[in-house]
Amino acid sequence: MRPNFEEGGKFYAFHSLFDAIDTFFLTPEKTTSTGCHIRDAVDNKRTMFTVVIALIPALLFGMYNIGYQHYLVLGEIAQGDYLANFWGNFGYGLLKLLPMIIVSYVVGLGIECVFAQIRKHEVSEGYFVTGMLIPLICPPDVPLWQLALAVAFAVIIGKEVFGGTGYNFLNPALVARAFLFFSYPIQMSGDKVWITGDAITGATPLGEMIAGVSTPSASVLDMIIGFVPGSVGETSVIAIAIGALILLVTGVASWRVMLSVFVGGAAMGLIFNAVGANEYMSMPFYYHFLMGGFMFGAVFMATDPVTAAHTNTGKYIYGFLIGVMAVLIRVVNPAYPEGMMLAILLLNVFAPLIDYYVVDANIRKRAKRAKLVSNK
Amino acid sequence: MANNLKLIKNPLSKENPIAVQVLGICSALAVTTQLKPAVVMALSVTVVVVLSNVIVSLLRNTIPSRIRIIVQLVIVSMMVILVDQFLKAFVYDVSKQLSVFVGLIITNCIVMGRLEAFALANKPLPSLLDGIGNGLGYAVILIIVGFVRELLGQGSLWGYKVIPECFFEAGYVNNGLMTMPAMALILVGVIIWIHRSRNKDLCEK
Repeated sequence: MRPNFEEGGKFYAFHSLFDAIDTFFLTPEKTTSTGCHIRDAVDNKRTMFTVVIALIPALLFGMYNIGYQHYLVLGEIAQGDYLANFWGNFGYGLLKLLPMIIVSYVVGLGIECVFAQIRKHEVSEGYFVTGMLIPLICPPDVPLWQLALAVAFAVIIGKEVFGGTGYNFLNPALVARAFLFFSYPIQMSGDKVWITGDAITGATPLGEMIAGVSTPSASVLDMIIGFVPGSVGETSVIAIAIGALILLVTGVASWRVMLSVFVGGAAMGLIFNAVGANEYMSMPFYYHFLMGGFMFGAVFMATDPVTAAHTNTGKYIYGFLIGVMAVLIRVVNPAYPEGMMLAILLLNVFAPLIDYYVVDANIRKRAKRAKLVSNK
Repeated sequence: MANNLKLIKNPLSKENPIAVQVLGICSALAVTTQLKPAVVMALSVTVVVVLSNVIVSLLRNTIPSRIRIIVQLVIVSMMVILVDQFLKAFVYDVSKQLSVFVGLIITNCIVMGRLEAFALANKPLPSLLDGIGNGLGYAVILIIVGFVRELLGQGSLWGYKVIPECFFEAGYVNNGLMTMPAMALILVGVIIWIHRSRNKDLCEK
């Protein structure tokens, strides 16, 4: 079968597609032949796959929650009766979410294939994670054509123009969300989009806080388990925590970034508590972690190895500032209820600068030390 | 003659003031939300470049080089005031829409750039052609960006609705990002990308 896809073969036009599928299922025969390299069972594909596995709890819960919210609003199940109509909820969510995932993968991988073909390199693995993340950070009711457009925009403008996977300076999944957020604000925010079904309104906890209530109507327990309206994958703290555990145990994501995002968010939350000028400011700081995409962003988005800071000190600064900015944008700017997306994108841009100064400081420190030694 | 033709043709593509020299970006982002102001702006800049190119070229042997910038500025601002008054008299609504950006043509790098790089060292006729070429090069980009932004951002062209009502009923929505300056920058970037991939010799090593 392989010769058909090699140069001069019948299906040479599809060689990058063949290569992608081949290396996905089988271990590649090619090994690095020059230079020193580390031998490890984990290559790029396995790393990406770990992240996808870590996303599965959030994905499954997201499906269930779509159905739960839908039937809850219709009055077919009672508030707090989480397990009633289990398969009904799940099936409804599956039917809603599956098309989103398919659209995301077909469009994204299609564009990746075209670029791989033109540039004559293999299809890169980066999109496996991005393609899963994009449906998870969208409201369940997002129109599919808008999703497709956002995916195309994110892959082309967010990634391919800079050279493809590994060269992008912005997280492509967040580029897709930002594109949707600014292009189609009516479909992406407000209180009509979080629960599926025609013109059903249901505010997210964040939306309620912006509107000026003192505490969100959902209980803390609901917010931890995740039975609140919101983007598909972001609602459940527990499901995301499981994902975080997988990422940390396998060492795929950086604990430094994760930890410092929470520290930053808590710090800013406490500062606002001290100011306490309005209801939103005096909300207990840990509510910020439970509401909206803070958890999801901290675990899956901020830790993206390509766009985060690379030095260890840099990671602390990078994560801390994301937490600070996310809470700051949420509380101070009512036009942007979800500050996490903008905070991560902003710090993505600054990550290289942070790294530059960290490295620079290190060089100067060592130069000083060397001078001291030589003076003696 | 072939040389003169080149003066008009080159700025349209190989030496395009926006896509290759990356000048005049600020106004390109600010006035292109709709096609009409984009076209008016492009024409105004063209007129200013052409007239000041010719005048500076005529005066080139009498301008002392130590104060040449201030002399050029006086000439350019004169032309800009003329254009501004003209717009106010004949297309008042567009002039209102362009607001401060007509006045800011004075600081448009394309104008100063052409005066410095060309008009000061060439005869009036080539300067005239150079002005036309660069004005049109600027216009091409502005019109493309304005066209895309108005079509996708507001569903209209030149103020007339062009996207049929049945599209909206089927769920089509105008793209809000297109009406923001950020998208204009991305569009200019995309134009530069396409332009360079068609003209490989423009790519930096």
